[in-house]
Amino acid sequence: MLAKKINKLFILIISILFFNTELLASSKEFISKLTTDASKVLARSESKDQKMLKLKNLAEENVDINGIGMYTLGKYRKSLSENQINEYKSLFREYFLKSFSSRLSEYTDPKINVLSEEVINKKYTIVFSILEADEKRPEIKIDWRVYTINPEKLLVRDLIIEGLSLARTQREEFNSVIQNGDGNIEVLFQNLREFISK
Amino acid sequence: MKKYLSYVLFVFCIFSSAYAGTDGSNELKKKNSGEVKDCFEGINRGIFAFNQVLDNIIVEPLAKGYRYLPSPIRTGTSNAVSNLSLVVTIPNNVLQGDFGLAGKNTGRFVVNSTIGILGLFDPASKIGLNNYEKEDWGQTLATWGVSEGCYMVLPILGPSTVRDAAGSLASYMGGDAWYNITVRNDTRYVSDFDYYSSVAANGIDFRAKNLESFQNLEKNSLDFYASVKSLYLQDRRKRIANSDDITETMDDSDWEEIETQ
Repeated sequence: MLAKKINKLFILIISILFFNTELLASSKEFISKLTTDASKVLARSESKDQKMLKLKNLAEENVDINGIGMYTLGKYRKSLSENQINEYKSLFREYFLKSFSSRLSEYTDPKINVLSEEVINKKYTIVFSILEADEKRPEIKIDWRVYTINPEKLLVRDLIIEGLSLARTQREEFNSVIQNGDGNIEVLFQNLREFISK
Repeated sequence: MKKYLSYVLFVFCIFSSAYAGTDGSNELKKKNSGEVKDCFEGINRGIFAFNQVLDNIIVEPLAKGYRYLPSPIRTGTSNAVSNLSLVVTIPNNVLQGDFGLAGKNTGRFVVNSTIGILGLFDPASKIGLNNYEKEDWGQTLATWGVSEGCYMVLPILGPSTVRDAAGSLASYMGGDAWYNITVRNDTRYVSDFDYYSSVAANGIDFRAKNLESFQNLEKNSLDFYASVKSLYLQDRRKRIANSDDITETMDDSDWEEIETQ
């Protein structure tokens, strides 16, 4: 009887340990898979437009575009009407996908080594990686802020390159545009429309 | 020397008090959200545009040309200018109380300047004197508790803050041994030319390493000036904290509010 109980306890402990390891490893694995998929797209001998289309699909699937968009609005997030929020989300999505795919498509066959991860809280894990040096540029540290609130659907919320957050940079840029337009959100919308149509 | 230090402190006090006096909320805002005021935005944007023209006409073409040089020459240049920066880093390590790091960097400077042939090679890294991080007078002022003051763009030198500009001034007023022996004092072996060449090489080396990043950023920015400002301020904060640990240098509070799932 006691032996059976000990066995059950042992199995339970092993299961918990295994389950936790799976959870801990998941953000790192998620980024490993994402970077491998992106590298495969970039290494293909296809046109830039075709690559950009595939990169956009990858971003749609793996990046929390709405979350980044709301973060990027900063203090203006709270002062928008429902209609303005919806319009912003739609414009930001197009802007983000265009700028994301355009930035990445400049690279050919980048080699990213995913190193480790740090759980910040139940919502966020930071995954640390290195973009290997090539002839043109030195090695670059890239950290990924992964949104882990839903373990079934992990999403990237920020890229931190050499300690510099892209989301934060974008937020300060958007806030500057709004501020210089006397606080009028329409000025940002206009700028986004112009960028998208370029 | 004393005269120059007094001058630097005087200028610094004038600047700090002037901007502290302009808006009492400035300090509070910085502590709460890391925001640095852009008190001279109009002028800054003008200088930024001027610097961009200069970059397009001179620096970028030189950086592109530099890329064609054989890799050992580029590495040697990068090593040499990095080695020269140690003469500013070491006193700042001491002033920040990092005596161990000051000793390590002194060892690095001695080894690379001698065995490494004036810093062209980096044998110090191979004997454990690696992971070198530059320190400057602006960083020291920050560790002493001096706040950033307003954001500034300096002609040719680029983004800065009142505090960092005062720090740069300290370098030109005796705080940079390399500047002292080349420009400020007449010596038989080195001249102004050597100093300005090293500064130019440093700038071109940095620009060459970041050609694509800059192009990419400019192409994808709605407001390039604001992006550069943000990146500069984030970078300074990271350097002052002497940390690669992003959880130490980033304010996560805004992220906590975002719920999309």
